[in-house]
Amino acid sequence: MASRDDIKFLSNPKIGQKRTKYCRFRKFGIKYIDYKDADFLMQFVNEQGKILPRRITGTSLKYQRKVASAVKRARHLALLPYETDLLK
Amino acid sequence: MSDSMKNYEVTFIVDPVLSGEEIKATAQTYVDHLKNEGCTIVHIDDMGLRQLAYPINKRTSGVYTCVEFSAPNGEIIDPMELALRRDERIIRFLTVALDKHGVKYNEDKRAGKIGKVTKKKKKSDDRDSRRGGRNDDRRKGGDNSKKGDNNAKKDGDAPKEGNDNE
Repeated sequence: MASRDDIKFLSNPKIGQKRTKYCRFRKFGIKYIDYKDADFLMQFVNEQGKILPRRITGTSLKYQRKVASAVKRARHLALLPYETDLLK
Repeated sequence: MSDSMKNYEVTFIVDPVLSGEEIKATAQTYVDHLKNEGCTIVHIDDMGLRQLAYPINKRTSGVYTCVEFSAPNGEIIDPMELALRRDERIIRFLTVALDKHGVKYNEDKRAGKIGKVTKKKKKSDDRDSRRGGRNDDRRKGGDNSKKGDNNAKKDGDAPKEGNDNE
């Protein structure tokens, strides 16, 4: 008899499963978001330079506010653009 | 809290058209100014010449300097900002009051605990572990097919392998 490992599925059974989102700041204990670290903040903006919503990044509300202010400070200092295309 | 020093951080962009010495002198004027006002300079970070994300005053690059200092009170900030605003050599500036986490972060950054490397490592590790998990699953499947038949690798579907096993 074929054991569980030998059975192959035509479609990937993991496809329907949701990956649980988490707040990376809570998980890794990051308390302060540096507005001078443009590379880090790049993860929280889309290709047009807009701040990504919480429902996509999974950031908790407390840190989303901090991310938003850090991105805005970085924009003021021309470390991030206010508006562009093809940022990434 | 009122008797303790407050921590600030001022970042400004100096016009890159100036010569290297002039740029240094510009940054130094503000450092000296702060020292005269009774502030203690914690750290001066020369971030160097950087490309601006968008042009400011028809400049596409600028020399970034970040000065972290602690001041006895907030009254020195206003005159300092006024001076920065009037200075034609300064393209842009930003003053930020640091909370305790910010101070800690800057200390750690100077000690080399926080760097782009460690942060990126963390994330890449995560991604790697995730990918690794998936790859492991795939590898298991691949190994099984190898055991069954090397020729069946191309179309390693369940029924064929089953036949081989039988």
